[in-house]
Amino acid sequence: MPIPTPSVELIRTQIAERQTTATAVAEQHFAAIAADDATALPLHAYLTLSRERALQQAARIDALADRGDPLPPLAGLPVGIKDVLSTAGIRTTCASRVLENYVPAYDATAVARLEAAGAVILGKLNCDEFAMGSTTENSAYGVTRNPRDRSRVPGGSSGGSGAAVGGGLCVAALGTDTGGSIRQPAAFCGVVGLLPTYGRVSRFGLAAFASSLDHVGPLAHSAKDCAYLLQAMAGHDPLDATSALAPVGNYVGGLGASIRGLKIGVPREVFGAGLDAEVEARTRESIAALRGAGCEIVDISLPNHDAAIAVYYVIATAEASSNLARYDGVRYGRRAPAASLANMYRQTRDQGFGAEVKRRILLGTYVLSAGYYDAYYRKAQQVRALVAGDYQRAFGGVDLIATPTTPTPAFKLGEKADPLELYMADAFTVPASLAGIPAISVPCGAAHGLPVGLQLIAPAFEEERLLRAAHHLELLRLA
Amino acid sequence: MPDININDIAALAHLDLTAEEATGLQRDLEAILGYVARLSQIPTEGVTPMSQPLAPDAPLREDHTRVWFTPAQALANAPAARDGMFEVPKIIDRG
Repeated sequence: MPIPTPSVELIRTQIAERQTTATAVAEQHFAAIAADDATALPLHAYLTLSRERALQQAARIDALADRGDPLPPLAGLPVGIKDVLSTAGIRTTCASRVLENYVPAYDATAVARLEAAGAVILGKLNCDEFAMGSTTENSAYGVTRNPRDRSRVPGGSSGGSGAAVGGGLCVAALGTDTGGSIRQPAAFCGVVGLLPTYGRVSRFGLAAFASSLDHVGPLAHSAKDCAYLLQAMAGHDPLDATSALAPVGNYVGGLGASIRGLKIGVPREVFGAGLDAEVEARTRESIAALRGAGCEIVDISLPNHDAAIAVYYVIATAEASSNLARYDGVRYGRRAPAASLANMYRQTRDQGFGAEVKRRILLGTYVLSAGYYDAYYRKAQQVRALVAGDYQRAFGGVDLIATPTTPTPAFKLGEKADPLELYMADAFTVPASLAGIPAISVPCGAAHGLPVGLQLIAPAFEEERLLRAAHHLELLRLA
Repeated sequence: MPDININDIAALAHLDLTAEEATGLQRDLEAILGYVARLSQIPTEGVTPMSQPLAPDAPLREDHTRVWFTPAQALANAPAARDGMFEVPKIIDRG
């Protein structure tokens, strides 16, 4: 039985009014996951289910409802967690063989805060190994399929998160985004995905890939549900030295305010070669709808936009080569039996890592090595400053920036085998990641029968404005 | 074409590549670095390198010790442990 599209508010209200229970909602989702697993082409969104923890949390929520006590904001909300975020007592693999049997002793702050706000954690979601990829085909545990067309990828790296929300196997999910890994799968799976400002959501308990680029954020059916999840997670965390003190906005309460008079910049650089004509048409229709709602549309330029991919694949791989040095078979994870320590390191890593992870570690090691550091790594950091400067200048004249989330809709499984060609597909999402500013992907119709996402980008810590515009865009589409 | 010795890089990264892996990865790295070379065309004289998006606005927390893991928890995922310590292959061979 298909589960109708629920929401944070619907589930909380139904539990409060005793039309259902948190336990029943969780059980319905576990049944849906089992039913999907039994189909010929399963989504394979989950790597591990956390049934016991979910039912204990559901029982706590149901006990509150039984007593007539007020329910927390995310009461009974069934969520899935990308498998790069630590969950105490629940296996956390990073979709890698090297962490096949790793069971963390602690929760990521983002996970703990969702649970404290009443969410019910169903399990851990598939992704590209260590979040490196844009199709989820780099998982060591098999591909995830797109819920809208099972011959296609769900996107990545948070592909399990996009597929589970889009396929009704949870109501919201956590993803992580380093160069587009929340927004691109959201676009491919027809859901909403939010990249918060760098420092807005704690990364404590996130397995680090590229520390100056990693972000934790929600995927859900609506901007409002993303607002609820952000509200629960945002705010300073003393356990994350990059966590920001900046005041937390009123993300849910601010959704209703008007968008009339907002200035929306449209960068001319995105409407070039490689942009699918139907994706462009949907993008322009959404921008026209915003104009119709009283927004002012402004033509802008981001002169260094096209350099972003090159910058990203130097900086992200350099940081990855350093961060992934810890997987050496000593303290946790897989260990290859070897007579010497050096051989143990090498063989553990060779057996434990997949091809894309090795490719990135090697690239990162190269750009950081003596003689190449200045030409690649330092140069990329300088051009990164130029990319970020473009946005700062643009936001002197506009409130938000609108682009397509991706140049094309979801590709076929196995269609893109060339790593460089895949990297180029991140061209529209990578720049905001480099600048550390918030962005959201909102469904804006279909191209070739597949979902298309519109990306909105805001200045740092302006998530309230970003979510409000996304919410109004959803209302305009429904009208 | 960038000058890449894939086996030297693999040694730096503690990766043991098969000959077949090495050939494929050498080709991939050449293609990616060939693409990245476009950065050299962008003038950046006097531009301060950006190491992270926003300077942290929070002070570092007090440097107090706290019990975070018990020794048993810290060792729970160890591939090999003995006497409350991680065990690894012998490093110094005294003959």
